Amino acid sequence: MTLFKRKEKATGEILAGGESAIANKEVEGLSQGQIVRRRFFRHRAAVGALVVLTSLILFVMTALETKIGPIRIPGWWKWTTEDIPALRFEDCPGGTTGCPTLSLKPGAGFGFGTHPFGQDDIGRDYFALVMNGARRSLMIMFVIGAVAGFIGVVVGSLAGFYGKMVDASLMRLVDFIQTVPAIIIAAVIGKAVGKVGPLYLALFLGILGWTGLARLVRAQFLSLREMEFVDAARVAGASNIRIAFKHILPNAVGQIIVAVTLIMAGAILTETALSYLGFGVVAPDVSLGLLISQYESSFTTRPWLFWWPGLFIISIALCVNFIGDGLRDAFDPRQRRRITKKDRLQAKLHTKAGA
Amino acid sequence: MLSYISRRLGISIMILFGSSFLVYNLAAYASDPLAELRLSNDDSAQQQIAALTRQLNLDVPPPLRYFLWLRGLLGVFVGNLDLGTTRDGLSVQSELAFAIPVTIRLVLVATITALLLGLALGIISALRQYSRFDYGMTFLAFLLYSLPIFWVAVLLKEFMAIQFNNFLSEPNIPFSWMIFFSIFTGVFWSSLLGGERRRFWTVFAGAFATNFVILWAIDLTDWYLDPGLGIFLIAFLSVGIAFGITALSSGLADVKAKKAALVMAGLAIAWYYPAQWIFDNYGSYLTIFVMVALVIGTGVLVAGAFSKIDRGPIARTAILTGVLCGFLILIDRVMQSWKEYSATDAVNYRPVPTFGQRKDQLVTEDFWLNNLDIIMHLILPTLALILISLAGWIRYSRGALLEVLNQDYIRTARAKGLNERVVITRHAFRNMMLPLSSLFVGEFVGLVGGAVITERVFGWQGMGTLGIKAINTYDLNLLMGVNLLLSFLVVTGNLLADLLYSALDPRIRLRK
Repeated sequence: MTLFKRKEKATGEILAGGESAIANKEVEGLSQGQIVRRRFFRHRAAVGALVVLTSLILFVMTALETKIGPIRIPGWWKWTTEDIPALRFEDCPGGTTGCPTLSLKPGAGFGFGTHPFGQDDIGRDYFALVMNGARRSLMIMFVIGAVAGFIGVVVGSLAGFYGKMVDASLMRLVDFIQTVPAIIIAAVIGKAVGKVGPLYLALFLGILGWTGLARLVRAQFLSLREMEFVDAARVAGASNIRIAFKHILPNAVGQIIVAVTLIMAGAILTETALSYLGFGVVAPDVSLGLLISQYESSFTTRPWLFWWPGLFIISIALCVNFIGDGLRDAFDPRQRRRITKKDRLQAKLHTKAGA
Repeated sequence: MLSYISRRLGISIMILFGSSFLVYNLAAYASDPLAELRLSNDDSAQQQIAALTRQLNLDVPPPLRYFLWLRGLLGVFVGNLDLGTTRDGLSVQSELAFAIPVTIRLVLVATITALLLGLALGIISALRQYSRFDYGMTFLAFLLYSLPIFWVAVLLKEFMAIQFNNFLSEPNIPFSWMIFFSIFTGVFWSSLLGGERRRFWTVFAGAFATNFVILWAIDLTDWYLDPGLGIFLIAFLSVGIAFGITALSSGLADVKAKKAALVMAGLAIAWYYPAQWIFDNYGSYLTIFVMVALVIGTGVLVAGAFSKIDRGPIARTAILTGVLCGFLILIDRVMQSWKEYSATDAVNYRPVPTFGQRKDQLVTEDFWLNNLDIIMHLILPTLALILISLAGWIRYSRGALLEVLNQDYIRTARAKGLNERVVITRHAFRNMMLPLSSLFVGEFVGLVGGAVITERVFGWQGMGTLGIKAINTYDLNLLMGVNLLLSFLVVTGNLLADLLYSALDPRIRLRK
C-alpha cells in the first residue's frame, strides 16, 4: 500500500552515519546562541514572517501622527481619523460611495490615490482608520504578551523552584484562573474597562492570560532543578535567586519565548473578537475587530470596509505564528534540519575521501 | 484510584466555589444593573428600581449576595435547584435548559468532524514529512490558526449562503471554475499520494479527469436541484469503501477480511430498496438506531461465517464497511428530501440559511424534512467552528505521530519484519492517540467558548448568546448560570481527561 511507503535510505547516507551524523557535523564548535540563530535564519517562512511583520509595524506606526507626552511625531499619511473629507462617488461600482482608490494595475491611477481603502459612512478615510486600528491591536498584543509573559515566568519559576507548598498553592491558583471561562471573564472586564481605554483592557487581558505559560515554566524548572549544574552552582555558594534566574531560567528561555509568541498571536485574536462582540475597544476608539463588527452588514454592497481590517488581523497573527514556529525549531535541541539530497551527496563524498 | 478521584472531586468543587465567588463579585462590582434606570426621568423608574432591588436582592452587598445565590445552587442536593431569576423574571434554569442542547449540537458535530478530518490530514502529513503535502498542511494550519472566527463566519455567510443561493436560482458552473477545481483536486490528490514524478503526473491526470467529468455531469444534469446518489453510485462507492477499509485495517492480502467487507457492501446494496421503504414509512431516530445495531450484528455474523480464527479484525472491517455503506444510504435519503425542502414556502428556493437554528415557518411532520432543516442550519456555523479547530488537530496529530515514530518500539516492530501498514495502524496510531485523547476533552470545552462568537454571527440562541445578553443587560443571575455551566464543563473535562489518559496508558499512575 503506497500510503504507508517509506523512503529508502541510500547506502552512502548509512555509511556517513545517517541523518543525525550529517546534522551534527554542522553544529560542531558553535555556541548555543549561534546554533539557534543559524537554525532560525534557515527557517525561510519564519525569516519571511519576521521581515513582513517588521515592515508592517513600521508602516503602521509611522502612518499616523504619534503623540508621546508633549512630543508630536507627524505621520506620513495625509488624513487623520478625525478628518471628514467629502465622500467620493466617481467610478464606484453600483452607486455606492467611498470606494477604494488603491490600484495595483499598471497605467493611469496606479498607486494609492486619495483613499486607498475607501471611506466609511460619513467619509472618514478608511486607510487612516485601519492604520489606527492596527496600531491599537498591535499595542494590545505586545502589552498582553509582556504582562502575561512576566507573570507566567515569575509564578512558574517560583512554583517549580520551591516546590511543595509554594508549588501546590500557586498551581491551585492557576487551576482557579483556568476554570473561569476566559471569554466570559474577559467580556465582563472588557465591558467595564473597555471604556477606560485600550491600555487597561490589554493589562487586564494579560493578567488573565499567563496560566498556560506558568505551567510550562514550572515543568521546565522541575526538571532543570534536578540537573547537576544546579548542584554545582549551589556548592559554589550561589543564592536561590541567583540559581533560579541566572542558571535555570536561561535554559528554559527558548520554550518561554515560543510560548509568549503564541500568547501574542492568540491575544490579537482575543482582542479583536472581544471588540467585535462589543466588550473590548469601544467607539470612538478604533480597533480592527470593532471596524469589522461595524461594517459586517455592509459586506454585500461595500466589501472593502470588511476586507481590509480582516487582512491586517490575519497577516499580523500569521507572521507572529510563523516566527513562533521558527523559534520553536531553533530552540528545540531534538529538532533537526531537513537533510537534502545535496547534504547526502556531500556526506558521501566526505566518507569516500576519508576512507 | 477511588481515593484519587474523590480527592480530585473535592479540589474541583473547592475551585468551582472559588471561581464562582470571584466571577460573582467581579461582575457585581463591574456593572450596575440599575444604571440605566437611575438616569431615566420617568416616574415609573423609581418603582422599577425598587422592584428589581427586591427581586434580585440588590440591597445585599455582593459578597453576601453570593451566598444567597449559593444557597439556591446547593438546593440541587435536596432536589430544589434554584439559580435565581433573570431581569425579565424568567427562571435561569429554564433559559439554560433551552440553550444547552443548541450549543451542544453545534459544538459536538464540529468537534467530531474536525477531529476526524484533522487526524487524517495530520497523519498523512506526518507520514510524508517534509513533502509538498506536509508543507501545504503546515501552512494551512498556520493560516487557520490566524483566522478570526467572526471574519470567517461572515465570509461563509456571504459566499456559501447568499452567493450559493443565488447560484441555485440560475445554476450553471462556469467552465473556468471546472478547470480550477479540477486542477486543485489533482494537485491535492497527487501530493497526498506522493511518489516519483511519473506517478505524480499519473495521479494528477486521473484526479483531474475524474473531477472534471463529475463536475460536468453535475452541471449537465442540474444535480444540485434534485440531488441523490442512486443505487448505481451507491453500489460503486460501497465496493470502493469495502476495498479501502480492508486495505487500511488488515491489508488486501487478507482474503477473508476482503470477502467479509465485500459481502457487507453487497448486503448494503441489496438493502437499498427495502431501506427506502422503511425510511419513508417509519422514519425516526429509533429506526436509524435499530438499523445501525442490525448492521453491527450482521458484521459480527459475517465475520464469524468467514473465519474461525482471528475474528476481531475481520469483524471490525466488516462492521466499519457496513456502517459506512449504511451512512451512504442515509445521506442518499436525506438528499432526496432536498427538492421538496427547497420548494417549501419557508425555504422558497434559498436552501442555505444564514441565520437561526431552525426555520420557524417550516411546519411539517416529515422526519426527513425536519432533519434536513436542522442539517442546513448546522452547516455554516459548524463549518466555521471546524475551520478554526482543524488547525489544532492537524498540528497535534502530526506532532504526536512523529514523536511516536521515533520510539524504540517502532524500530523493533520494523526490525521484526512487520509491514509498514501494521507498524502505522497497530503500533504507531494507537500510541499516538494517547496524548490526543486528553486533548479531545479540552478542545471540546474550548470550542464551547468559541461557539459564543459563532452563535452571535449566525444568530443561534445558545449558551453564548445567553452569556452576551447577560453581560449586556447586567443580568448577574443569568451570567452566573452560564459561567457555572462553562466552569463545570472545564473542571469535569479536565478530570475526565486525566482519568481517560490513565485508563488508556498503563504507564501513567494517578497518585499524589
